[in-house]
Amino acid sequence: MAEYLIKNGYVYDPILGINGDKHDVAIKDGKMVDASAVKNAKVIDANGMTVMAGGVDIHAHIAGPKLNIGRNFRPEDKLFNAKPGQGIKHMVAGHSVPTTFKFGYIYANMGYGFAMEAAMPPLYARHTHEEIRDTPIIDEAALPVFGNNWFVLEYLKNHEIENTAAYIAWILRATKGFGIKNVNPGGTEAWAWGMNCSSIHDNVPYFDITPAEIVTGLIEANEYLGLPHSMHVHGNQLGEPGNYKTTLETLALAKGYKPNSKFGRDQVLHQTHLQFHSYGGDSYSSKSFESKSKEVADYINKQDNITFDLGVVTLDDTTTMTADGPFEQHLSHMNHLKWANTDVELETAAGVVPFQYRKNTFIAVAQWAVGLELALYAKDPMKCFLTTDAPNAGPLWRYPRVIKWLMSEQARNEVLDDAKYGEKVRDRCYIGELDREISLYELAAMTRAGTAKALGLGNMFGSLRPGMEGDVVVYPYSPESENPEDIEYAFGNAKYFIKGGEMIINDGEIVSNGNKRTFWVDCKVNENAQVQHDIEEKFKRYYTVGLNNYDVNEKTFLPNPHRIEVDATQ
Amino acid sequence: MGKIVTDVVCPFCGTLCDDLEVKLSDDGKEILEVYNACAIGATKFLHSQASDRLLRPRMQQDDGTWKEVSYDEAVEYTARILADAKKPLMYGWSSTSCEAQEVGAGIGEMVGAVMDNTATVCHGPSLIALQDVGMPSCTLGEIKNRADRVLFWGCNPVHAHPRHMSRYSIFPRGFFTGKGSKSRKVIVVDPRCTDSSKMADVHLQIQQGHDYELLDALRVAFKGKELPDVVAGIPKEKIYEAAETLKSGRFSVIFFGMGVTHSLGKNHNIDEAIAVTRDLNDYTKAAIMPMRGHYNVTGSGQVWGWQFGFPFCLDLSRGFARYNPGETSSNDLLRRDEVDAVFVLGSDPGAHFPISSVKKIAKLPSVCIDPHITPTSAVCKLHVPVAFVGIEVGGCAYRMDNVPIETRKVIDPPEGVLTDEEFLSRVSDRVKELKGV
Repeated sequence: MAEYLIKNGYVYDPILGINGDKHDVAIKDGKMVDASAVKNAKVIDANGMTVMAGGVDIHAHIAGPKLNIGRNFRPEDKLFNAKPGQGIKHMVAGHSVPTTFKFGYIYANMGYGFAMEAAMPPLYARHTHEEIRDTPIIDEAALPVFGNNWFVLEYLKNHEIENTAAYIAWILRATKGFGIKNVNPGGTEAWAWGMNCSSIHDNVPYFDITPAEIVTGLIEANEYLGLPHSMHVHGNQLGEPGNYKTTLETLALAKGYKPNSKFGRDQVLHQTHLQFHSYGGDSYSSKSFESKSKEVADYINKQDNITFDLGVVTLDDTTTMTADGPFEQHLSHMNHLKWANTDVELETAAGVVPFQYRKNTFIAVAQWAVGLELALYAKDPMKCFLTTDAPNAGPLWRYPRVIKWLMSEQARNEVLDDAKYGEKVRDRCYIGELDREISLYELAAMTRAGTAKALGLGNMFGSLRPGMEGDVVVYPYSPESENPEDIEYAFGNAKYFIKGGEMIINDGEIVSNGNKRTFWVDCKVNENAQVQHDIEEKFKRYYTVGLNNYDVNEKTFLPNPHRIEVDATQ
Repeated sequence: MGKIVTDVVCPFCGTLCDDLEVKLSDDGKEILEVYNACAIGATKFLHSQASDRLLRPRMQQDDGTWKEVSYDEAVEYTARILADAKKPLMYGWSSTSCEAQEVGAGIGEMVGAVMDNTATVCHGPSLIALQDVGMPSCTLGEIKNRADRVLFWGCNPVHAHPRHMSRYSIFPRGFFTGKGSKSRKVIVVDPRCTDSSKMADVHLQIQQGHDYELLDALRVAFKGKELPDVVAGIPKEKIYEAAETLKSGRFSVIFFGMGVTHSLGKNHNIDEAIAVTRDLNDYTKAAIMPMRGHYNVTGSGQVWGWQFGFPFCLDLSRGFARYNPGETSSNDLLRRDEVDAVFVLGSDPGAHFPISSVKKIAKLPSVCIDPHITPTSAVCKLHVPVAFVGIEVGGCAYRMDNVPIETRKVIDPPEGVLTDEEFLSRVSDRVKELKGV
């Protein structure tokens, strides 16, 4: 395998504490090594450019049935953006829901080496893995959803943590999943009857359990198993004005829990797309709606066992897709656009609705402000991560623009000055008071070091420390630049990108489809006759797929698996 | 005694039953019996054992007789007609695995083909309606466990999806439907008396071609507004009654088939049926689902969805994917003489397309890849027999509710017979050489 030596770049690595110093970075046999350890390396001159470890995305919707509904039901999403294949690249298309190949190229151009598909319905795991298999370059994994699963609801109703954990371990193995996703706990099961849970104390119909019990139960099960990642929650009442109270209540549920994991994470709860959960007021009008980002961020700043990602609204035409079924129906009633929904037997549901965040409305710009404020209030960038909940708050390829807004007050003010209700937004949100600008060092934490650590992958990704995966990106950005547009260009157009020791982008061109891997967590638990019996019983009586046809075959669906073993038998 | 293979997935219709048991001979080389399958499914398994099965490719001669050729020659001919064509049509893809579909999509991309599947003469209008208004749906297990109102519109599952009713929609005792068929009310809308309508609690014998009106009338009735005395041949009292039945359910579901997708109105009928479902969700819980035909037509729409962004009628001839049913759909292209080679796999357009299209296929360089002798193979220049997916080779398939299930290999294919995926991979390699990719 080729050796690489990247010289003279401005290096940012929060794990090594390197803050823009000129450092030489070397890769050998697919891993990072000390610069002195390479002999016949190909030298890359990164003079005047920014060097970081490959990015790690903690939450994006990039593979699976929701995505394909989005693609197939939005032909208009491909208008005027289809491109023919070239060299090793396939033909591509798609604005908010790109084809799988395009996802791979987008991530490469942004310098990302690992991404987490944020919600996999277990029954559709094969589909998710087929799309992952067809997404080139980037390493991926997927989080199965558990917060509305009948087994989980029944076990947690009686607080049977060991059984819940054994069932989760079984699902992770059957679906080749990575961890525990929890979407609208209880609410999506209620949606199967056309209802929802509007607070964490609402009873789930029939199952007689509350969202709060589901959240704490899943945290306990997660720590019982000692999984690499923590429970990953999208709480109740997403997108509703006034929902910050529910959010604070949900976050408070993590109190007293400590991580039990050999994988180096500090959190027991990851709150995803916090922007959608930090609203005050009681309607979307500018008279009532207000940002509560400060209140929520202040709370998280004081906790040491919570991480979150942003979900920044990018003011684009996009496609929303979530396992929060009732929310999507609600959204379709607001914008009167097409609405797709799929309820999944015994497990979950999902909805898909196109959405336009229009710059000339108050609410879209206010949502944009809330997302950025959360990052600007966050004290520790190792706990606050950059996402757009792609494609819910904005398309994946908008990350560079979000980075520009985070790093430049000028860029933020341009949006506000340009927006019809910019002054109203300054009035109802905190964005006008915030002059903080995120540094490249902090950005490296928010996009790789912090995310890798929170996913339990800090020993592989997120840093240039010798022994780590050979994922290095060179962005054509000089820290001395004063033009915010340079930021947006650079972070979407990596000059060089080496992934697992292989050159993927050479001088701005994608030259290889890499050696893509699918990560999954194989968790050993003690034999559990009760859970085994329940699984057999439920498959026999209530599923429409046989137990023996449920398991995702690793050989067929994960051509290049990376299995992480966890032993929870003690 | 024989050996029993369990949990076999049936590669026939979109119901994709996965509980078949197949009895093999002692040496495991012959299928003796098939249990749990419907008559059609069992026949497919047993037919693979036919003694007169075609085992080698054959070319049609000028005088209409057939000459056996080797797989190498078949690969060469197929690769050449695809590589030489300006705009080849690659049609079918509905009775094969997703793995084969992926290889096929790769070939289509290289040669700039038009890729189309059987939805073009089947549930294409449903896909267009999905693009118009979306689709609130669910998996079949939700219906089994929750649905207490089941409406079949323009479909006849007793004949087309024989086990649908016992596995999913009418009879099963699910979690919240413990009384099975007694806990469900069944309505059938069909201009004919069918074996399905005989099973219904209510049969609305609609005037043929007036589906849109009746769907619209249901929406009026939901809102309690005034209806004319008779709509689509149905007295208004019966419409109000049906509307009340659907509204009063805990979970209502609409299944629909060719009767609405390919009668007057086409995709607009489905728009309206989906609007009915959306409306119902304001009162109770409701879902709607197309009764997809071939066992993996859904899968081909999925594979193309994630690779190109569209579920059918894909024109790759300009180097990027275009989609415009009516322009890029198989029959329109054939009848306008816009394609110059025809490749068919996993479908039988000879039986399903209008004769005017089939005549065009007969005149073009053409290949049919199919284990059976079919009306399509009869008109194509080359017929390549392959192994049966789901019987002689495994592979992923998508059920009508988009749930992917990996089909199983039960026995070996006859000696020397290639699978779809193997044959396509060889064609793909050869096309790469010819195209210099």
